[in-house]
Amino acid sequence: MRNSVIRISVFCAMSVLLASGAISAWAASTEADYKAAYSAAETANNEAGKLRNQWTTTVSALKDAKKAAEGGDFDKAVALSKHAEALAKASIFQSTEQKDAWKAMEIK
Amino acid sequence: MRATIRLAATGVTLAMLLLGAARASHAADSLNPPADAKAFQKFFTDKFPKVKLEDFVNGPYSMDEGLYKQWKEKEEFPPYEFALDAGRDLFAKPFKNGKSFADCFPNKGIGIRQNYPYFDEKRGKVITLEVAINECLESNGEKPFSYTKDDMASVTAYMAFTSRGKPFDIKIPNDPRALAAYENGKKYFYTRRGQLNFSCATCHVQSPGDHIRAEVLAPALGILNAMPIYRSEWGGMGTISRRFTSCNSQVRAVPLKPQDDEYRDLEYYLSYVSNGLPISGPGARP
Repeated sequence: MRNSVIRISVFCAMSVLLASGAISAWAASTEADYKAAYSAAETANNEAGKLRNQWTTTVSALKDAKKAAEGGDFDKAVALSKHAEALAKASIFQSTEQKDAWKAMEIK
Repeated sequence: MRATIRLAATGVTLAMLLLGAARASHAADSLNPPADAKAFQKFFTDKFPKVKLEDFVNGPYSMDEGLYKQWKEKEEFPPYEFALDAGRDLFAKPFKNGKSFADCFPNKGIGIRQNYPYFDEKRGKVITLEVAINECLESNGEKPFSYTKDDMASVTAYMAFTSRGKPFDIKIPNDPRALAAYENGKKYFYTRRGQLNFSCATCHVQSPGDHIRAEVLAPALGILNAMPIYRSEWGGMGTISRRFTSCNSQVRAVPLKPQDDEYRDLEYYLSYVSNGLPISGPGARP
């Protein structure tokens, strides 16, 4: 009897924990989160554009993020926006690093 | 004490002057196109001692004996022939105002491919053959061609064909803007870009003759002499603009607009370092 009570209590506690986890995951990303993440990615990509070095993968990730948001999947939209921002920042780094590093490749 | 300060000041000034002189000397070293061209050609002839200098214009076919045989057979019925015929017709066809391409170019446009691109000192810009063709059309009230294929590829194919065998003769006038355009083209050629972190030189200097999947990479030396080309991969003809933009896409970089300054400067640099090598276009590539 005592064991059963313990088992039921543990089960209930786990269920509550799992349910709250699911709710918090479901509630993780809102449209506002997506808009903020997308805007940050777009700003970084525009900066890469000024350096004449945008990456096709950044553009694709931004398109996919928009598509996910239009479908109401804001978790996916936020993740893709963050991915796009990381790619755009890498392209900016590449441009900055190559400003002088290209000379090492030159045939002399 | 004062003497010590003066001595120290003199030392600092001398060091600064020396540093300045070293920088100026480095700048002068880096802006020496004839030396660049000489080193560029030597690099490839040293790397491929069996390939004659003029054969580099045949791209991957000059790197591989089997491919060379296939190419020779292909040249009996070359895949660019339709474009060549179309180009000949377009070139001769009068515009609505009665003029034609012949009225826009020196020597009526025949046998002049080897002089493009050139630096226009009035405008301070590099003028490629593709730009000159579209300027000719627009100044005669015609619609410009797409820069990448179709009619542009046909007309440039015909103009290259009439110039076959003539050595590239690209000039850099005594104008700092021309030198800056050349330097900008060189910088573009060696700069890594795109998610794959490749520069033009990664494939065409470090790896010519090597394979990327089934393709044999072409050497940068003479790479533009064969343009425009029929590419089996494209299933059709393509211009220099198409080649540059598709190379960018392949390394996952967003291409610039055809004939943006960077591409014009790149063409200026790449053509200059191939000075002396014969025009072989139109060409065919796998």
